Amino acid sequence: MDTMTIKEICNALQLNVLAGSKGLDKRVTGGYVSDLLSDVMGNAREGELWVTLQTHRNVMAIASLKDLAGVILVNGQQPDADMAEQANKEGIAVLGTDQSNFIITGKLFQLLNS
Amino acid sequence: MQLQYDIEGGNFTKAGFASSEIKKVLKQLNVDAATIKRIVVSSYEAEVNIVAHAYKGAVTVVIDHEKIVMQYQDEGPGIPDIEQAMVAGYSTASPEVREMGFGAGMGLPNIHKNADDLLIESEVNKGTLVTITIYLKQEGGQ
Repeated sequence: MDTMTIKEICNALQLNVLAGSKGLDKRVTGGYVSDLLSDVMGNAREGELWVTLQTHRNVMAIASLKDLAGVILVNGQQPDADMAEQANKEGIAVLGTDQSNFIITGKLFQLLNS
Repeated sequence: MQLQYDIEGGNFTKAGFASSEIKKVLKQLNVDAATIKRIVVSSYEAEVNIVAHAYKGAVTVVIDHEKIVMQYQDEGPGIPDIEQAMVAGYSTASPEVREMGFGAGMGLPNIHKNADDLLIESEVNKGTLVTITIYLKQEGGQ
């Protein structure tokens, strides 16, 4: 199966790029949904897109340490200023949607497995 | 090779810095990717434990051909019951820390799962020493 880039996923799911636009060409191998940071630390895998409502800087520390492809913030959440700054520095995309984690994850799952 | 980084208690904006530096060094040393992943999970969790619970601390990292040993030493409240602290889901983190998505009682179990050897020594009202050992497989190597 061919993997999609963040940019392609953004277009398909109408996500907003909130920060880290340098990372839009990264390839996405799957997704992980969690708001518990140690859960993501322990169980997410390289190349996955992380769906969460957490908006602080530590999200980017984990995304970077785990080599995640990017982050999707749900329910219209915006990244804190230092999270956005870190995303830009690391070149890891932070995407946004007004939709809930359930809806966007369903769409992402369908898209990645179609 | 020996590295040392200070870890500030209570300062979550810097949490992960030491782990990120350790990861960079391991990549430069061509340690295989799967081993780096295990080291990163262990080091991050140990680092966050100091930030979340202790007043101050430091990590000393010693890397040789066969292993990495990371020692996280802190000055803090200590752990009265280490066996209980190891139980998945058990946490003494503050509500503020939990609100950030930390303090789910998964940190020490994550370390235990990823480390080849984990030793926790603690004295209440003094501090804690967490020693993590992970054996290395050099890329393309012996």
